[in-house]
Amino acid sequence: MDSILAADSIVEFLSGKLSDLDTVLDNESLAFAIAAFVHAFLLINLFAIIPMVFIWAERKVSGRIQDRLGPTRVGGRFGWLQGLADGIKLVQKEDLVPKDADSMLFRMAPYIACIASFGAFMVLPFNSSWVAVASDVGIFLLFGILSIEVVGIVLAGYSSGSKWSLYGGMRESAQMVSYEIPLAICGLIPLVAVGSLNLTEVGQVQTGTVLNWLIFNSPFTFIGFFVYFTVATAGCKRAPFDLAEAESELVGGFHTEYSGIRWSFFFMAEYASMFLVCAVAALLFLGGWNTGLGIEETAGFLALREMGQNFLVEGFVLGNYIANLFGLIVLCLKASLLVCVQIWLRWTLPRLRIDQVMMTCLKYLTPMSCALFLGATIWPLAMAVTTGKTTLLSAPMGERMAPKRDAANGETSSTNSTKDSTEPNVVVNTDPVGDALASTLNEPQLKTSEGGNR
Amino acid sequence: MFSDIQLTNYLLVGAFLFVCGVVCMTTKRNGIGILMGVELVLNGANINFIAFSRYTPLGLDGQIFSLFVIVLAAAEAAVALAIALNFYNNHLSIDVDRGDELQG
Amino acid sequence: MTSEQFLFWLFAVLTCGGAFAVVITQNVVRMAFWLIVSLGSVAGLFFLLNADFLGAAQLLIYVGGTVVLLIFGVMLTASGPYLQIKTSPAEGFLAGGIAFLFLVLIVSTVYAVDWDHKSQLMATHENGQATGIGPQPGYNPEQQGNTTRPIAFALLGMRPDKDLASNQPADLMDTGDVDDLSQAVYMGDEMELSTGYLLVFEIISVHLLVVLVGAAYLARAKRRVDASEVA
Repeated sequence: MDSILAADSIVEFLSGKLSDLDTVLDNESLAFAIAAFVHAFLLINLFAIIPMVFIWAERKVSGRIQDRLGPTRVGGRFGWLQGLADGIKLVQKEDLVPKDADSMLFRMAPYIACIASFGAFMVLPFNSSWVAVASDVGIFLLFGILSIEVVGIVLAGYSSGSKWSLYGGMRESAQMVSYEIPLAICGLIPLVAVGSLNLTEVGQVQTGTVLNWLIFNSPFTFIGFFVYFTVATAGCKRAPFDLAEAESELVGGFHTEYSGIRWSFFFMAEYASMFLVCAVAALLFLGGWNTGLGIEETAGFLALREMGQNFLVEGFVLGNYIANLFGLIVLCLKASLLVCVQIWLRWTLPRLRIDQVMMTCLKYLTPMSCALFLGATIWPLAMAVTTGKTTLLSAPMGERMAPKRDAANGETSSTNSTKDSTEPNVVVNTDPVGDALASTLNEPQLKTSEGGNR
Repeated sequence: MFSDIQLTNYLLVGAFLFVCGVVCMTTKRNGIGILMGVELVLNGANINFIAFSRYTPLGLDGQIFSLFVIVLAAAEAAVALAIALNFYNNHLSIDVDRGDELQG
Repeated sequence: MTSEQFLFWLFAVLTCGGAFAVVITQNVVRMAFWLIVSLGSVAGLFFLLNADFLGAAQLLIYVGGTVVLLIFGVMLTASGPYLQIKTSPAEGFLAGGIAFLFLVLIVSTVYAVDWDHKSQLMATHENGQATGIGPQPGYNPEQQGNTTRPIAFALLGMRPDKDLASNQPADLMDTGDVDDLSQAVYMGDEMELSTGYLLVFEIISVHLLVVLVGAAYLARAKRRVDASEVA
């Protein structure tokens, strides 16, 4: 390996380079640390850019909906630098802590909300090979980290020493804890069909035409998408479910007493988690990084992945890089489209009352998601008994899964992270017997991969 | 100090967590503080379970048991919180030393 | 210092420091904050121990669920802002002294046992031969933290992680003949199948349902006692 561009992972690239450095860390650990920093750096840039873009989009969309122009000056005709200008203004403001506030918790709360939202990006795959941590518990871990965000908001509400904030915090904790249940169950509905929590695998089984997207897998996943989207909107405390910061009744809700940069941290967290739940919706239901036109499987696209071998440096495949970048753009476009729908909803629908919000969740969305989950588990069995195949429109899951798994076991699975077995929480999919068992369940004939016979 | 991480290291962390939890349970007069002590004790036990699962041939059983412990802890927290709310409704305070009506 | 050592000491210090802060803090919401620090770091230790599923469950259930529930309880039961109920210093010193002795007892117990030797004995007992500690040959997905599928199988009552591990007849495993392997697994007279935790799983799910109903019944809105009645 000559260049970082040619290596499958940063750790692999660095492992040979650091041999003669004399440091406190050994070489492997130093490589691990550098790789962790690079991944975190790339993700934090994304995390910073997302709010900037969507705050501008929010202003522009709301302006158009209210028959205004929205921002027009900063950065040219469309005001596209408005987000940055907002940020600079907020940094300059005074950082106030009220006299009655519990100052340690008051200062800490925005960071907790922000870190939780940022941490969840760790397991989000952007295409078939770019992911910071290719974990086998991907979506479970993502929901777990995202659920910590509520702690920051509750602490902010409590520690402000203001009744408006306390009401906001109470509403928020009740709302978010309730909405987590249908969110997790709705997330499971498409996963029943895939049989894996790993988001990279979930994206990979959706290659091919639009019919292979999990939303068209069964009627239950189709309804499940809309339930998920409603619940995710409420989980990000977006209008019409933004009771925690209802400005007409609670001044500013949990962030009434905040100013300057700490206030903006809450909004960075909110916009980032909006993008995150929309990207998860795109991955779980809408085909992930696949276009849905079937071009990923065509000879031309596969040839593109082989093109530009050894471009500029030894071992770097330009075509593969471009194909991966294309996948990232497709995923981001899908997620952005869903975020725009959330913005559209916010400026169209009036806010619900708090009892209506809780009733929507506990009386309608939770039973609905449970029923959909049950239906999604029974559907393939019922289909297999009546029609002889497990899906109505799309190709059977086993057919889509088997070539992927063979490829993954045969050659090296090229996750951007690492394949080093000594590193605890950075894992790649090498689970041969599990795969063999899974493909046995999915396919009529017994099929084992090489690793299973060890 | 920076030798290889062994089973003992994890057991010591678990032991410290356990002792902290026991002290928390005995010294706090706030009902919810006592609950937090219980959570610490259960987590100390969980660390031991998973450490044994990794460092001995016990395999997965340790992990499955700590999964059960986590589920039971969640159930325990829900019931104990309901009891705490009832206590507050009856005494207008969460100070457990106030619950002494049965004292002879 | 390797990255594993660095991460272990980081998480261990945060876990213990958080737990200690829970004990010495008087304000109950700050206690909840330190509890989050401590339990979150425990999740980090779980990831270090290659228990990815447990780490994620710890974050989702404990940090995101139970602690939020506790803070919610604090808010519902606080009679004034920043509620503090203090323990008397004498009680504190007494508890601290006893706790120290207790800690010494546990630590000396931990050091008194030769854990490596015990594991060796256990491995010998299980496999009928001394295989040693550490990664066994065969099916070991948990070595990389991919424990989701094995845990799911175990909860459904199957143990492929045990049945397909190294204690099977060696010649059968070496031939790699799919038919032989499947026959051996399915015929059952050549090979004893391990059992999982299906019954426990069912009992615990019913238990959760009962607890849910019970807690809702206990916490339902009732007449509240007036302040004058209590005094």
